[in-house]
Amino acid sequence: MTQTNRSSRAPGSEMSLSKHERNTNTAIYIVLSVISAIWLLPFIFLVLQSFRSYLTENGGMVNYLIPKKFSLDNYQFLFSSECNFFTWYLNTLEIAAICAVLQTMIVLSVSYALSRMRFRGRRLIMNLILVLGMFPGFLTMICLYFLLRTLGLTQEGAIPGLILVYVASSGMGYYISKGFFDTIPKSLDESARIDGATRFQVFLSIIMPLSKPIVIYTALMAFMAPWADYVYASYVAFGKPDSFNVAVGLFRWMVTKDYQGYFTRFCAGGVLVSVPITALFLVLQRYYVEGVTGGAVKG
Amino acid sequence: MAFGTKRISDLEYLGLSPFQRFLYRLTCFLVSLPGALARGVENGAKTVARFLKIVWRELADLVMTFVNGDAYTRLSYLIMGAGNAARGQYLRAACFFLAQAAFNVYLFLFGWPYLSKLGTLGTVETTKVGRKTVYGDNSFFILLYSLLTIFLIVLFVYLWHSNIRQSRKSYEMKKAGKHLATAKEDLASLLDGQFHKTLLALPMAGITAFTFLPIVFMILVAFTNFDKTHQPPGKLFTWVGLDNFREMFTTSTSRYASTFSEVLTWTLIWAFFATFLNYFLGMIVAIMINKKGIRFKKMWRTILVMTIAIPQFVSLLYVSKMFASDGLINSYLLKWGWIKTPLPFWTKASWARITIICINVWIGIPYAMLICTGILMNIPADLYESARIDGANAFQAYVKITLPYMLFVTGPYLLTSFIGNINNFNVIYLLTQGSPKGMELESPAGYTDLLITWLYKMTVDNTEYRLAAVIGIAVFVLTAVTSLIVYNSIPSVRNEEDFQ
Repeated sequence: MTQTNRSSRAPGSEMSLSKHERNTNTAIYIVLSVISAIWLLPFIFLVLQSFRSYLTENGGMVNYLIPKKFSLDNYQFLFSSECNFFTWYLNTLEIAAICAVLQTMIVLSVSYALSRMRFRGRRLIMNLILVLGMFPGFLTMICLYFLLRTLGLTQEGAIPGLILVYVASSGMGYYISKGFFDTIPKSLDESARIDGATRFQVFLSIIMPLSKPIVIYTALMAFMAPWADYVYASYVAFGKPDSFNVAVGLFRWMVTKDYQGYFTRFCAGGVLVSVPITALFLVLQRYYVEGVTGGAVKG
Repeated sequence: MAFGTKRISDLEYLGLSPFQRFLYRLTCFLVSLPGALARGVENGAKTVARFLKIVWRELADLVMTFVNGDAYTRLSYLIMGAGNAARGQYLRAACFFLAQAAFNVYLFLFGWPYLSKLGTLGTVETTKVGRKTVYGDNSFFILLYSLLTIFLIVLFVYLWHSNIRQSRKSYEMKKAGKHLATAKEDLASLLDGQFHKTLLALPMAGITAFTFLPIVFMILVAFTNFDKTHQPPGKLFTWVGLDNFREMFTTSTSRYASTFSEVLTWTLIWAFFATFLNYFLGMIVAIMINKKGIRFKKMWRTILVMTIAIPQFVSLLYVSKMFASDGLINSYLLKWGWIKTPLPFWTKASWARITIICINVWIGIPYAMLICTGILMNIPADLYESARIDGANAFQAYVKITLPYMLFVTGPYLLTSFIGNINNFNVIYLLTQGSPKGMELESPAGYTDLLITWLYKMTVDNTEYRLAAVIGIAVFVLTAVTSLIVYNSIPSVRNEEDFQ
């Protein structure tokens, strides 16, 4: 009865609906275009201003957007010997690459152990990490600084020092990958163990191949974080420009130093940092989305 | 109120309007608070009682093992690993013995000199004799290494205890003629039965050394006078009890109390808007992109996701300069003659706060959009279908179906996001560094400072470590209380075994 009712009503309503729908869709397209413009414009501005000539125009902030003359002055400056940008870039790349490998290993170890194995003290460890996570991270900054200084890992040694700081506590970020491991059926492990596989073999040859998305997600996050870290990096590398990462170097141009002389150079540096990171991110976007959405639902 | 404190049935609950439901839930929560507190105290007391019972049992056990055990078991009370060695488990014996030796060397050569001064944090001042500086005690290292020593003592007691347990167990097993694990089997079990130890050893050591220890250290600093006038190695600092808390939270001594309440209020306002505004706007954007018939879904999403991909120090620093008084926005508005003087985006407190919240929408919508997208697709389509047949329009369907479902599923996300925003250092620091500063605020706080940026500036700019530690503890209390309240009122109780 309802079936016939619905089908008999369908053709008429569809016509009127489609008109209504078309209007809604047009409105949505307009809204989305406006939003996209707002989201993209700052980046377009950034790129435009990075090409403003430093020599013939102003290197600071001016009241027009499109450069009178496009030039690569700012980029040349970044790679010239009067500026440490290239060193900063290599520093950050080094930190990011090593962190991506080590943090992934640590996060996966912790989350696998907490997800798959039941042992005494497991609850204790999880509660400890939960409570520790409620303290603001910067609270420990001064203490970490002195720890690193005792080990000789500040200023000149800032790069290994920063890697140590990032990697040492990375086990606390196990939640998302544990959530992922939790969804892999336990029966897989059990059948493999009945066949005589050790836990290690199960981890390596059964769980890991299934975990590609979460491995990529973890590595991607670990790789991207050091590019944006200002706080620890500036504190640990204090006063030694050779040990800065890009965030510290460029931040100092913009905030501490006279930014009017460095604005377009900052833009150029920002472009050089953003382009590879953004490209990498967009290529691996799918894994990122899987990671954050999985993590959001399971907490 | 129509429904006072009594529980109502599901049917009655469903008949209430959303506002009444909220009121009802709130009342229930408030009514349950005293009970929950009492239960909490009771549970705490029970835990302590249980712990004491375990300690008592273990102590009794130790005595009994000593009385009943053989000579080697007794020897292992003094020399760790003796019992294992006597039973042929040389690898375990060697590990225990080496651990004991290393611990003793550490304690007497390094740890004890510091630990013995923990009560005073050092008494010998650094002095100058002629041109030479004679270094006295260093309060910082006394506190730090004392803590490290205490951690290691706890670890050692645990090892010592398991050494005795193992010694007894191997004795009993050998007597019963059972097979004892050989060194090879022990090593193999590290990749099998004991694999969690292999996996967790290094990460937990890292967390202990670089998070746990420093946090305990900073909690203790809140009870000392460690600040710019008491900086080791030149000066000593010492215990001052609750003085720092008094200075921060009472109005008589300084302006810290009023500054604290100002910063705290702004932190909460900020976290509220940053969480819920982004969430609802992100959801709306997600609904628009996912609507049937909208094309280029992937392109819209990718454009938004750009703000996640580009490092925040580039995008936020750039945007902060865009809004500066000599920035692009102001110069164009001036050029077009729309305004006469630059708009005070960053220089007036209320302007700066609103601008920050708006710019944060730019940063936050993409995250919320991504999270909502996945969940929106999981809402059964026939729910909407039947709502449409019943004559509901799009808005009604949103309020009655989408919103409740989303709120239910993303409860944990909203909580983590709220807490993340309380601690959202990057957005504030990169946009304003907390400025504008005000006469009423104790330096170095500004009107857009969150507790976390205030803490940072207190540490780095003012070196007031003792007060920074107090703020850190305050943030912890704020986070913990929020989590507790929300977790108790979230309808979905999570049971981790359910997933597997």
